[in-house]
Amino acid sequence: MNRLFAGALAAGALLTATAAFAQSGSATIDAIVKRGELNCGVAGNSPMFSLPDSQGVMRGLDADSCRAIAAAILGDAKKTKFIPTTAQNRFTALQSGEVDLLYRSTTWTLGREGNLGAMFASVNFYDGTGFLVKASLKVKSAKELDGATVCVAPGTSTELAVADYFRVHKMKFTPVLIQDLSELQNAYLSGRCDTYSTDSSGLAGFRFQQGPKAVEHILLPDIISKEPLGAMVRKGDDKFFDIVRWTYFATLIAEEYGITQANVDEALKSTVPEIRRLMGLEGDMGKALGVDNKWAYNAIKQTGNFGEGWDRNVTPYGVPRGINNLWNNGGLQYAPPMR
Amino acid sequence: MSSPRDAPRKGMQLSWADPKFRAIIWQIVILGIIGGTIWYLVANTSANLAQRRIATGFEFMGRTAGIPIGEHLIAYDPSINTYGRAFVIGILNTLQVTIIGVVLVTLLGTFVGIASLSGNWLLSRLCRTYVEIMRDIPLLLHLLFWYTMVLGLPILREAIEVLPGVHISNNGVKVPLLDWQPAHSWASLAFIVGLVLVGIARRRATRIQNATGDRPKVWPLAIAALILVPAIIWLGFGAPFHMDIPVKGRFRFEGGGAVSGEMIALLIGLVLYHSAYAAEIVRSGITSVVSGQWEAAGALGLHRPTVLRKIVLPQALRVIIPPMTSTYLGVAKNSSLAVAIGYPDLVAIVNTMLNQTGQAIEGIALIMGVYLTISLTISLFMNWYNARMALVER
Repeated sequence: MNRLFAGALAAGALLTATAAFAQSGSATIDAIVKRGELNCGVAGNSPMFSLPDSQGVMRGLDADSCRAIAAAILGDAKKTKFIPTTAQNRFTALQSGEVDLLYRSTTWTLGREGNLGAMFASVNFYDGTGFLVKASLKVKSAKELDGATVCVAPGTSTELAVADYFRVHKMKFTPVLIQDLSELQNAYLSGRCDTYSTDSSGLAGFRFQQGPKAVEHILLPDIISKEPLGAMVRKGDDKFFDIVRWTYFATLIAEEYGITQANVDEALKSTVPEIRRLMGLEGDMGKALGVDNKWAYNAIKQTGNFGEGWDRNVTPYGVPRGINNLWNNGGLQYAPPMR
Repeated sequence: MSSPRDAPRKGMQLSWADPKFRAIIWQIVILGIIGGTIWYLVANTSANLAQRRIATGFEFMGRTAGIPIGEHLIAYDPSINTYGRAFVIGILNTLQVTIIGVVLVTLLGTFVGIASLSGNWLLSRLCRTYVEIMRDIPLLLHLLFWYTMVLGLPILREAIEVLPGVHISNNGVKVPLLDWQPAHSWASLAFIVGLVLVGIARRRATRIQNATGDRPKVWPLAIAALILVPAIIWLGFGAPFHMDIPVKGRFRFEGGGAVSGEMIALLIGLVLYHSAYAAEIVRSGITSVVSGQWEAAGALGLHRPTVLRKIVLPQALRVIIPPMTSTYLGVAKNSSLAVAIGYPDLVAIVNTMLNQTGQAIEGIALIMGVYLTISLTISLFMNWYNARMALVER
């Protein structure tokens, strides 16, 4: 498929005068096509987002978002290479070109877009910083945490959010900052820290992993920051940015129209104009993005729509969809029209 | 035999046959290659950074940091202080661990090294076993192991009070601190002055002893300068003595001084690992002193401890110092493994800084600069000490 596609590209470049139209016009996409593989930076140790299952297959919302892009560009979701990154080395990995993009539960902030030479193409999870405490501590609200020791991963936006929160509420805290996630969680479980703070989704996943002991931990009701998590790409390659962003939008549009992995082939017979454009039947949407017109079809056929990804990866951890519902369902997930 | 004579002096000729000319050309070529490589790396990097629109420069050091730091020797508030101050805190934390580590490694290493040569079979076997076990375990495992041990201690609310006011928990050790008053500063100053005076007096005593054979008594001066004067000053200020005893709060102890669990684990790991190497260095140093020295000293009727202290160790030092320098450098550099267990050393703090600002190249340059400075300082000091101790050739 991929070789065929590359062949088609080469042929197109030779035959048509408007060669620029047939070529992707994006250095990143060209590199991915040539390599035959999408290098996607993920956490690799984060339940719900990216964590290998017992078969060694990467599972999670971020992992599936990567696969959808591989399907859109290369036509095959399996041609995704997952590159585990830490909170500390992720940006360097992106800047240096070791990965094509980051789907690593990374928060979209001005500082990161301004200073890192990178930009955010999507928000696949609207999250917020929360606190997990032991039930035995009998703490009911984050405002009671004055003087507490807080376990938090260094180099994250959580770290800054926690510092801000304690300052605003004129409280003191002692941070314990450990880079390695399991060491950090160990420190919390052993009681070295009174509370463990990260994105509330991550806390819910961690609590779920405790199995029967989950009841010993309480997720405090306070959400102290906005943490929109999404895809990060390098600046200066707008075409690639477009394909990452619109692959995400395509999964949202598919959910809106009820197009799933199972019934996507029926959608090929649809007469609804936007569905036809989504399926690549008309409008040359793929061409405009510099990829095959079947890009969205491939992504949905192989990874499902946004809601399916959520049900597959997040629902098992008992995290409600909440603000991550579609806009017409009371949530924030909203895609611009595909036309 | 004819007396040696200088070769006739000759001016340099612009010919490949002239070794001096050849040497100069080679130097220029090599300098050019090095300079060109550096220029290429710098130019290439800055061009790429600019092209990718990644922020460069050190302006971020003046920005408000926002990153929390658990342990700081100087006051620090993430919402007010800058990255520059956070960086200084990182340096201080690294220096603190390095200095304490080097002292403990020297003491423990010397003890184990000497004891492993002891005539006591059990003691020497124990020391040999200690060395083999400690140096065979990678340092990172040491740190993770000791940190897990520390985390296994009771939680803060169930802290053990080992001595009055001294609490041990997995948060670390809490100790009472003296409530520091001006009286204490003045008394300490008097004590230091006293130390200097006693030092001078002892030198004078040695000089007189060398000249006349009689050694004037120094101890009355020592008691007066080291105990009486400071005590009088302290009493003169009203003898303030108030201990700041840590009191258990809901989440932490208020007051008193603290050593964190992370620092304890780091120090235990560093000291155990490096002291094994130090012990081997000390052992090899002592073994290098020919046995005739022991026998000769024994024939003079000196006790074994005196022989060791006055005759063998000073000679052994010449063998010990150079490799010991490497061990000290190792302690300084390996303290950066603190990242693994959350002690806020230089690397941990700069890592966070570069991650929050995205300026990795600057951050790594800062780390390299600091370690280079620390290492060169240690090397310079040890080279100076080595030169002082070296056998004076006559």
